[in-house]
Amino acid sequence: MAEHTPQDTAERVLADCGADGCVVVVERTSTAYLRWAGNTVIGNGHTDEGRTTVAALRDTPEGTAAGVVSRGGVRGLDTAGIAEDARRASFQSIPSRDAPALPGPREAPASSAADWDAPVPGVLEDALAVVPEELGSVFARARAESRLLYGYAEHRIRTTYLASSSGTRLRHVQPSATLDLTVRAADSPASSWAGDSASGDPLTPFPPGWVASMDDRLRERPWRKERSVLPPGRYEVLLSPSCVADLMLHMYRSMDAEEALAGRTAFGRPGGGTRVGERLTRQPLTLRSDPGSPGLGCVPFVVARDAEGSVFDSGLALRPTDWIADGTLGALVRDRRSARGAGAAATPRTDSLCLAGPADAPSLADMVASTDRALLLTSLWYLRQVDPGSLLLTGLTRDGVYLVENGEITGAVGNFRFEESPLGMLDRVVEVGRTERTLPREWGDCSTRTAMPALRVAGFTMSSTTTSS
Amino acid sequence: MPGDVDPGLFDLRPRETAGAALERAARLGSGHASARVGFLRRSSVFLHDGVPSSGSDTVDTAVSVRVLRGGGTGFASLTDPTPGTAVLCAERAVRMADATARAGVGGAALAEEPVHRATWCSEYEVNPFDVPSGDRAALMADWSRRLLRVPPVSHVWAMLVVTEENTFYADSAGTETAQRRIRMHPMLVAVGTHPRTGASASLRTLGGPSGQGWEYLAGTDWDWDAELEELPGHLEAKLHAPPVEPGRYDLLIDPSNLWLTLHESVGHATELDRVLGHEAGYAGTSFVSPDRVGALRYGSELMNVTADRTEPGGLATVGFDDEGVAAQRWPLVENGVLTGLQVDRRGAHTVGADRSNGCAYAESAAHAPLQRMPNVSLQPVPGGPSTEDLISGMADGIYVVGAAGWSIDMQRRNFQFTAQRCYRVRRGELAGQLGGVAYQGTTLDFWASLTAVGGTGTYRLFGADLCAKGQPVQAAPVGHGCPAALFEGVRVQRTA
Repeated sequence: MAEHTPQDTAERVLADCGADGCVVVVERTSTAYLRWAGNTVIGNGHTDEGRTTVAALRDTPEGTAAGVVSRGGVRGLDTAGIAEDARRASFQSIPSRDAPALPGPREAPASSAADWDAPVPGVLEDALAVVPEELGSVFARARAESRLLYGYAEHRIRTTYLASSSGTRLRHVQPSATLDLTVRAADSPASSWAGDSASGDPLTPFPPGWVASMDDRLRERPWRKERSVLPPGRYEVLLSPSCVADLMLHMYRSMDAEEALAGRTAFGRPGGGTRVGERLTRQPLTLRSDPGSPGLGCVPFVVARDAEGSVFDSGLALRPTDWIADGTLGALVRDRRSARGAGAAATPRTDSLCLAGPADAPSLADMVASTDRALLLTSLWYLRQVDPGSLLLTGLTRDGVYLVENGEITGAVGNFRFEESPLGMLDRVVEVGRTERTLPREWGDCSTRTAMPALRVAGFTMSSTTTSS
Repeated sequence: MPGDVDPGLFDLRPRETAGAALERAARLGSGHASARVGFLRRSSVFLHDGVPSSGSDTVDTAVSVRVLRGGGTGFASLTDPTPGTAVLCAERAVRMADATARAGVGGAALAEEPVHRATWCSEYEVNPFDVPSGDRAALMADWSRRLLRVPPVSHVWAMLVVTEENTFYADSAGTETAQRRIRMHPMLVAVGTHPRTGASASLRTLGGPSGQGWEYLAGTDWDWDAELEELPGHLEAKLHAPPVEPGRYDLLIDPSNLWLTLHESVGHATELDRVLGHEAGYAGTSFVSPDRVGALRYGSELMNVTADRTEPGGLATVGFDDEGVAAQRWPLVENGVLTGLQVDRRGAHTVGADRSNGCAYAESAAHAPLQRMPNVSLQPVPGGPSTEDLISGMADGIYVVGAAGWSIDMQRRNFQFTAQRCYRVRRGELAGQLGGVAYQGTTLDFWASLTAVGGTGTYRLFGADLCAKGQPVQAAPVGHGCPAALFEGVRVQRTA
């Protein structure tokens, strides 16, 4: 069966669409993964996926209607059929008033346009070939030390082609590798977690030695120290970069301007308007998305699918955006239609997030050394919104809570349920650490491009304890 | 038409495709092998204040192969199901199995299952894909406008997602099954603002996702008209509700809220893969251990929980699971004692079971099957009390309606749940809404405090269509039936 190149597919669909406007997104994703539990491999896989998404636009006196259809597959894709399905869908769709015209080439990122003719870089036939043998030796060491290892390694390449009737032609390759590792004692509730992500050349194999070096990191931690139970209450805490990433991602997900204006989130001002311009923290913290950030690079243009983003913005260049600038709320997520209504710049959601403080910020080890008494939290879990009006979350500490006294980790502590708002917490940050690339524990399966500092937070609320580990 | 598998599945020549994969796997020396060919369709529309903001119509096809070979297991999938791609999947799966074996570990043997050759379809009257997408969006727009017309509603977010799974399964033992499942998820969220303080509150419709067809939105099993009519009034009351005083309260929990507590504290806790520690690095484990089946007191004697993959309309209802095991029904908790677990073919032998109880599921044919939850339901008491009876019997407490926020720890002990609406109950009558109610507890203490269970008239089926587990993460639909139930002395926090 014939297999068109992604570029051919996109051009054929555009030619066949016959709508007033059309956007075609062709994606190829290749994924290899390996999973283990209790020093045993429990799962693995190799998946190759092709997907073509078409948005057909229909102009009407009431506005512009968009019909969006998406079809899986690579070989034998019926380009005329998917174009017709999208066009028909546009006639079933209710028009949107004030829909902006599709972005043209001048509004798209030039670097992505220059790559349009390049092919899909390939599939990951043996990307994880080094991992099983490495695991064999890591498992043997763990067994000898009465440790149980649980983890997941994944290597993925996604190549995205976007073409529109406004002349935009864009291509982006997103390689990513993630690794997480949990160690548990065979004879006690002691446990510890570490996770990391990387993005390098698309077909570079999974970094050799990564699993063993992460296991080394875990072994160096004081995770087997005697565990005590502390009562619920308000504590000074040191949040690891991974914890901060999970909290900031929750906040970022709620930073939609339209929802704030509707009073549905904590970023709305009672009585109307948003909190943009309001100082959120006394610390010089900046929360930024930048698709070109070294090591955190992501798709630098809007790719709208399903509920995320506006199809009318497809291909629009994503610019660096300071959501919080030097402690002050600088922007909320807005598509072009919302931005035009507010007289603001469009600030679409971007798949990278970085929180940074002063340039001379200390390391987490330095922060521990300067601590009188605090809890060190290494990862968080099951964060859920309790009160949208304040962005109050509840969640749990997981796989590593430590008591720090007089500059040293003096013991492990049982897990807590906490109640905190990442937004309200910002005003109680009393020290900011050095920003580093980190993998959020809970959001790590969908947001891997984050860089965060450790934070020292006063009065972090632990509402109850649990014996679970 | 109802009762048939979608012809689109057979257009993919699934028998020929799966057969090519199984033959190649056998030639390469694999032991048990299975192949799935899938055709998954999903259509969604999202609206803000009655105007569509986004939506799509998606069709995914895939072929996948799982093999056991040399002590290892391997899985591979591709999005173009043909005999040629199926062979490629088989070869990749064998390579993955060999790589697994190189880690120096053994693969699990699968529990035996009778050979099945059958076709199965979920029960529905009207396939939602037979309703034009414009009509589906128009209904959500109409419902949004109905809400917007009535103060204090100022904004409405609406969503309708309809899904159809068609899957062909074949394995090296000779089983061949084809099945179709339908499900729908409508949801509307209304937002209102307090006229004096400017504070906002929101309410979500309680009718949740369902394994029914389009008839579900026409009022089968859920009175949407009544819910839309009453929702603005409930929102008005919520805006003016005084905050709850933290403390311990008797809670009468409506099935629209209790299903989620059951899901988190019983459903996930009795999944064998969690019990075995497979999710220790991600979704979490369980306080339950296999040796406590038949001995662990899970709750009061009123607690009877059933696992069921056959319940009509249930989101986890199937004819056969994704390992070719026929759907079953069995008890998880009887008279308060744990009596069962959820098991797939890979895990059955680890708990001494001869056969899986059919709890394997994969999000699509492109995903590897995992042990996932069947419909898990708390059984009502035949001839038991109505909700009104239960309220009239309460001296002082809170009536909790509609699921909202949830969080539970990694061994399924410590939890916290919030609700759409909470009412103070005094001297057997509802005494207005309360704000900021969150109930906290630990699983065994909570279920031990179960002191009354409603009758069959209070029983309703709810559920979740995006329950996440596994790496790579997969979503699964699961249904939960519950009666109204009374719990004594539950700790309540104030959240706002």
